[in-house]
Amino acid sequence: MPKDKPWIFRTYSGHSTPEASNTLYRTNLAKGQTGLSVAFDLPTQTGFDSDAPEARGEVGKVGVPIGHLGDMRALFDQIPIEKMNTSMTINATAPWLLALYVALAEERGVSPRVLQGTTQNDVLKEFLARGTYVAPPAASVRLTVDVVTYTVEHVPDWNPMNVCSYHLQEAGATPVQELAYSLANAIQVLDATRARLGAGADLTSVFARLSFFVNAGIRFVDEVCKMRAFGRLWERLGRERYGVTDEKALRFRYGVQVNSLGLTERQPENNIVRIVLESLGVTLSKNARCRALQLPAWNEALGLPRPWDQQWSLRIQQVLAYETDLLEHEDLFEGSLVVEKRVAELCAEAWAEVEEVLRRGGALAAIESGYVKSKLVESNATRIAAIERGEQIVVGVNKFGETAESPLTKGTDGGIMVVDPALAARQIERLEQHRKARSQGAVDAALAELRRVLASGENVMPASIAAAKAGVTTGEWGKALRDVVGDYRAPTGLAGASVASARGNTQDAARLEALRARVRGLAAKLGRPAKLLVGKPGLDGHSNGAEQIALKARDVGFEVVYDGIRSTPESLVASALEEGVHLVGLSILSGSHLELVPEILERMTKAGLGDVPVVVGGIIPDADAKTLLARGVRRVYTPKDFELEAIMADLVDVLAGQQP
Amino acid sequence: MQRLEALLEGLRARDRGSVARALNLLEDRRPAQREAQRALVRASAAMARGRVFGVTGPPGAGKSTLCSALVRAFRASGRRVGVVAVDPSSVNSGGALLGDRLRILTHEGPGGVDEGVFVRSLAAGGALGGLSRTAPACVDLLAAAFDVVLVETVGVGQSEVDVARVADLTLVAVQPASGDALQFLKAGILEIPDVLVVTKADLGDPARRAVGDLRHALAVAREAGVDRGAADAVSVCAVSSETGEGIADLVATLDRRWDALEEGDGLAIRRFHGGVALAFETVARRVGELGVDALGGEATVRARLRGLVAMELPSMEAAETIVDEAVAALRTLTP
Ligand code: B12
Ligand SMILES: Nc1nc2c(ncn2[C@@H]2O[C@H](COP(=O)(O)OP(=O)(O)OP(=O)(O)O)[C@@H](O)[C@H]2O)c(=O)[nH]1
Ligand SMILES: [Mg+2]
Repeated sequence: MPKDKPWIFRTYSGHSTPEASNTLYRTNLAKGQTGLSVAFDLPTQTGFDSDAPEARGEVGKVGVPIGHLGDMRALFDQIPIEKMNTSMTINATAPWLLALYVALAEERGVSPRVLQGTTQNDVLKEFLARGTYVAPPAASVRLTVDVVTYTVEHVPDWNPMNVCSYHLQEAGATPVQELAYSLANAIQVLDATRARLGAGADLTSVFARLSFFVNAGIRFVDEVCKMRAFGRLWERLGRERYGVTDEKALRFRYGVQVNSLGLTERQPENNIVRIVLESLGVTLSKNARCRALQLPAWNEALGLPRPWDQQWSLRIQQVLAYETDLLEHEDLFEGSLVVEKRVAELCAEAWAEVEEVLRRGGALAAIESGYVKSKLVESNATRIAAIERGEQIVVGVNKFGETAESPLTKGTDGGIMVVDPALAARQIERLEQHRKARSQGAVDAALAELRRVLASGENVMPASIAAAKAGVTTGEWGKALRDVVGDYRAPTGLAGASVASARGNTQDAARLEALRARVRGLAAKLGRPAKLLVGKPGLDGHSNGAEQIALKARDVGFEVVYDGIRSTPESLVASALEEGVHLVGLSILSGSHLELVPEILERMTKAGLGDVPVVVGGIIPDADAKTLLARGVRRVYTPKDFELEAIMADLVDVLAGQQP
Repeated sequence: MQRLEALLEGLRARDRGSVARALNLLEDRRPAQREAQRALVRASAAMARGRVFGVTGPPGAGKSTLCSALVRAFRASGRRVGVVAVDPSSVNSGGALLGDRLRILTHEGPGGVDEGVFVRSLAAGGALGGLSRTAPACVDLLAAAFDVVLVETVGVGQSEVDVARVADLTLVAVQPASGDALQFLKAGILEIPDVLVVTKADLGDPARRAVGDLRHALAVAREAGVDRGAADAVSVCAVSSETGEGIADLVATLDRRWDALEEGDGLAIRRFHGGVALAFETVARRVGELGVDALGGEATVRARLRGLVAMELPSMEAAETIVDEAVAALRTLTP
């Protein structure tokens, strides 16, 4: 029997500078990787230049900074983009990054019609899970549709949008929620596209070009069923709501990154096993097999992966595809009653929830009201509580914790990649040179046209491509967007999240009661209930930790102020002062803690808040934790501190030790 | 004492840090702070008082978004704004999530800081109305330091009544197509609002219908003679906090109403009655607390009640028994 063609092997990567990322891509392609998956840094994702105050500490950290056409040239130097399949994880600024890519192609004499790849371009899930939105939801959908309609016409092999359920699972979604909310988001965009094209328009080509970016968790049998359910619901949606009849266009196409939320800091070597098993969920079933796969690394919860770590994950895919007999068989699950029953169940439950969202006015309305976000926060709280109580076993974390010393983390680099902070300065220098070299007249004209188009509602792509060629920067494009359509802060979902506090057994209940009594005791000492500010400084959108800490703190009796993601040091210190908090807790996972935390400490001292204790949580390597503690931070928490109640007890200790 | 002097000095200078510390002190429940609190209250009473607008209405009606739109409008005309936002407390833990700041975007973009705006969130605590116990004092203090103070209440229960006691003018937010408008009028609560604000006017028709419904009901009430008379009539406005539609009109209405109140003695009368009502509540609550203290504190009283109810005594009778004991205990304290 002839072997099936394997899926596309991807490695999500990019960091430091366009040149450094280019070298990395070329090495990876040489190692047998078959597609590129570009990670952009947070300023690029949120429309800021590398030298913007908002970009402080974030330039080149979690991805590559792309500030203008020159950076795009450097990123794809000697890479034949006409032959590449390039996936870009880019959302709010997707029209802009696509414009730069098209401008690069045209400059190289490559017709945009041959370009292949994907812009993630699913801004709705940014409001729910990922956090790199810029414009308000309705205006964001309009830009999404701009990219969809433009590419369908001018870049026909491009996937203009990857409907993402991946991030929803990372933010706590159950399989049913992952199905339901990603489909609801797709419906919102498809409805908007239909409205744009006019009532009678044939949606087949649009429907055919939408692909999905899906998650696969450790319960891999359920995941096989989820993928099959996805296919079924997508087809049904195409037929029933959009009148698509072409079989090929109705096929559910998806890429995958397997679950990272469940990868642990404790005994991190176990993660490799998890990653392998999760890969099975999306490859075992031929009829529901992914088109592209990217895997996280064993050190996911420690920090950024080094080239060797990524290579190890790539090798997993290669062993699976080339050594096993996986690709030799027809679908293994056709006819399985067990699988069929579960698929039907998932379809029914997910569809009911899609209808609930539609009843609430659709994805846009259900995002703006906080409904969907609250559901995710609730699910995540349930998951975390089950781990904390030992009901859900995580090997090496809440069970089988004893371990020999791991050789993997012993190296001088702590087992992770650290981006040289000096590179940010180089990037800023490049940007300044670029600004000097371009024609200001051309830039001003291009920006004026961009603003006009943004305001008029015309498709923003042509003006963006012209702006790319004129030398406009990412920050200038982002500013035009912010100026014309406005800024936004998404609901945190906390107010609407009803989280049942520890039912558990009587022992759990007694422990919680004891904790509450201690918090009440603090109130007696402090004169009023202990008040905590949970803050997320910088561009970091990882909100899970902050949300769960805030909920748990409320649950044990704290008064909690949480301003949502993407605060600045100034605004957090202002909140701390105005709100009269007793304790400030910062959550930073994007790696900018060494820049942001000291700045906050300094500003607090200046504001007369020097005596308010500060604790920090997130992805903080050991060496950095020592630095922060030496600067006056009172506690540092990382993913290995998975017991929220233990953290709460510790926070009470910090406050109890304060001089009144 | 020296620290208190410095604090009062700072408050008079409207220094943000001093305002914050003063609010902390007002929220402090320790008896040892009473003296300092009194000094603060007196100091703020001696300062010019800003205009206080209460914002109340059912959950999700758009109160917070309205407040932030109003903050922006007041800031645009150079007025400094204080905000007191009250959120519910958890029944189980007494904790609270004070998330309302989120929507209070007061400048061009998130994250920036405008020194002319000051937001303090309070947890409603056990208080039954929509305000926390310390809210009235906090509002007064902010009113001394800012030109305008907005008070957003928890949108439940008696909040309209409660906020009207501390605010010069009370806005009630009504959501279109929610049935709130009619519900509200059926209940005959026309004593409280000065301005009925139909929110989310960008929704179009439903908002227009809500305005119509409200106007009609007000006219009916007027004919039946149950309104407060022409000078004090309820205004109806429609606003969209998203598009800004109607916000300028609302601000103009608020200022006009406030000026009219001040010209007559309306403002003084309102403050007088509001003050008496608040004072009465404080008396009732404090007397209750003293009674409980006299019997050995909350834990002891609860234990006794458990004992009585466990002996099959109806709970109301158990309560009466304890009240009798408290009265007796308080008597023995009289000099
Ligand atoms: C889930 C996740 C996501 C989700 C986030 C969903 C959400 N709304 O939160 C999604 C998929 C959206 C995402 C996206 C990205 N992610 Co991510 N993500 C993770 C992941 C897998 C888990 C984080 C998590 O939620 N854990 C669960 C929570 C409960 O744990 P926690 O936050 O650590 O909190 C615990 C403690 O740290 C502590 N704590 C945390 N905060 C606070 C605050 C206080 C006050 C206290 C007391 C305690 C405390 O208490 C908690 C209790 O256990 C981590 C890797 C990992 N396994 O840790 C990567 C990780 C954080 N992500 C990473 C990256 C790079 C990204 C991206 C920037 C990639 C890109 N280039 O686009 C994007 C963009 C996100 C953005 N806008 O900033 C990197 C960061 C690298 C670094 N710091 O050097 C990591 C480490 C993965 C990796 N190894 O590369 N991510
Ligand atoms: N379309 C539209 N939506 C609005 C407007 N004002 C508020 N909303 C939405 O209505 C919802 C509730 O708004 P909030 O301002 O939080 O309402 P609230 O009355 O403060 O709510 P609680 O404090 O929870 O009682 C949010 O989803 C807002 O985005 C408006 O003018 N137009
Ligand atoms: Mg509110």
